[in-house]
Amino acid sequence: MNIAVLLKQTFDTEEKIALNGGAVSEDGVKFIVNPYDEYAIEEAIRLKEKHGGQVTALSLGPARTAEALRTALAMGADEAIWIDDAGIPQDECAFAEAIAAALRLQAYDLVLGGSFSVDTGGAQVAVRAAISLGIPHVTSVTKLSVEGGTASVERDAEGDLERIEVALPALITAQQGLNEPRYPSLPGIMRAKKKPFKALTAEALGVGGGSSEAKTARVSLSLPRSRQAGQLLQGSSQEQAAALARLLREGSNTI
Amino acid sequence: MRNTYLIVAEHRDGKLRRVTLEALRAAAACAAGEDEIHAALLGEGLDDLAAELAAYPVAQVHVIESESLRNYNPEAYVQALAPLLASLRPDGLFLGHTAAGRDLAPALAARLSAGQISDVTGIEREDDGRIVFVRPIYAGKAIERRVFGSAPRVVTVRPNNFLAAEPREDGTAAPIARSAAASASELRTVVRDVVRKTAGRIDLAEAKIVISGGRGVKSAEGFRPLEELAELLGGAVGASRGACDAGYCDYGLQIGQTGKVVTPEIYIACGISGAIQHLAGMSGSRIIVAINKDPEAPIFQLADYGIVGDLFEVVPLLTQEFRKALA
Repeated sequence: MNIAVLLKQTFDTEEKIALNGGAVSEDGVKFIVNPYDEYAIEEAIRLKEKHGGQVTALSLGPARTAEALRTALAMGADEAIWIDDAGIPQDECAFAEAIAAALRLQAYDLVLGGSFSVDTGGAQVAVRAAISLGIPHVTSVTKLSVEGGTASVERDAEGDLERIEVALPALITAQQGLNEPRYPSLPGIMRAKKKPFKALTAEALGVGGGSSEAKTARVSLSLPRSRQAGQLLQGSSQEQAAALARLLREGSNTI
Repeated sequence: MRNTYLIVAEHRDGKLRRVTLEALRAAAACAAGEDEIHAALLGEGLDDLAAELAAYPVAQVHVIESESLRNYNPEAYVQALAPLLASLRPDGLFLGHTAAGRDLAPALAARLSAGQISDVTGIEREDDGRIVFVRPIYAGKAIERRVFGSAPRVVTVRPNNFLAAEPREDGTAAPIARSAAASASELRTVVRDVVRKTAGRIDLAEAKIVISGGRGVKSAEGFRPLEELAELLGGAVGASRGACDAGYCDYGLQIGQTGKVVTPEIYIACGISGAIQHLAGMSGSRIIVAINKDPEAPIFQLADYGIVGDLFEVVPLLTQEFRKALA
């Protein structure tokens, strides 16, 4: 079974955000594989270990994205494809078209991705790519098994659990709880250096270019109003609880 | 030129979800003059819901009924909406940023070759008439303002950030148009069953009050006092990544940059120290309360009210106080 995994390199979730010239500053930032995409990589490797086949890690982004792809290779993916985002409009529609174009060059039974990215988090690209490829999709999956051309999944729907069967090829996105991603081993890291790594450009994929416009565009970026430390309540636990109940009832009509 | 907007309604347990009325309000914020807002309602046995929705300020309620639409199924929903999208040719689509909306919106956007702005928390109309969509990114560590190029436009709205639309003042009802969905025999996606783990419970993303527990809760049973308080106040229980990783609760409850972002009226953090990735998921709450043994816990730096103390002592006392006040 051949599996393609879509992944994105994101800021570490413990990073603070600073702005520089109207953009998010990348100075000194630690980058990671988007945590939801890590579940997707892990699941792809487990499926390969069970059913055989190839795992291809695919990512779109600037040159630093290579590092995230190397991580996927070190975890156990067989090959990596990097799509250089130069010349591709900064919009999910264009990203999905580029990714779908790259997937059309691949033989795959299953495409896996994360349910959203922890940075710009639009939760669009994977589903858009599925529609573009004409394959069914299931998002936010916490359990996955494949048997004879059908994937059986459990989908987390805001706490409810949906059991779904979908015919392959299909695209499935991972939710937290799907698995516990492995750490790359030292031999894995060494082997990753020798695995195939392909770079693709917008031009080679026939996407982007002068004629295509972004469907949406950022006009500005700001930091949220910073919250100030408020009031520490005083007195016995009983008195503090009473004061808090009163403050909350006065401060909000919700209670 | 008259624009047409379409909201895709969501319902649960036979009730319209509040986020649908919030999406209607968001669509209204974009509409002007002769613009029309339509509503699509999909499922099975929808008579009551259609009548309820028709009482709101929409031009028409489009009801699409089929057994294959009883549960959310991406493929079935996209297929069922296709004829309506073709005939209505909406300039804008509005959905909730919910389990179903997050899944359906980009699928429809891709079909329409439309741009999408996700997880919108505000809509601003500039002096030149341009409409700007506000959305938190990095789980709220930064705020992005975004615009569309050309129509059609697809928007998902974050629950709890727009006022719910009000029913029509004059008590009239919008016309209801019914159609049966095409046969679903060719679907590649089959929903076998849905286990309702949340029946009767309030959804975390939509809750007005969230009582959240961290490592300080110490065990699964340790969530009990939090659940009692949430139950009394009609709120929902959430958790930090620490509590989820320790196995005290389901990952479905996790609040943070991984997990859910919540913006309730009142957020009560119990035994949560306040890692950056957790703060990102809840700092948009209107009132934040922290209860923690450690006075140095970072959560106190952004809490409106703080209690330095043992949550197992304070939370039951708080429940008692509210019980007295609400009696």
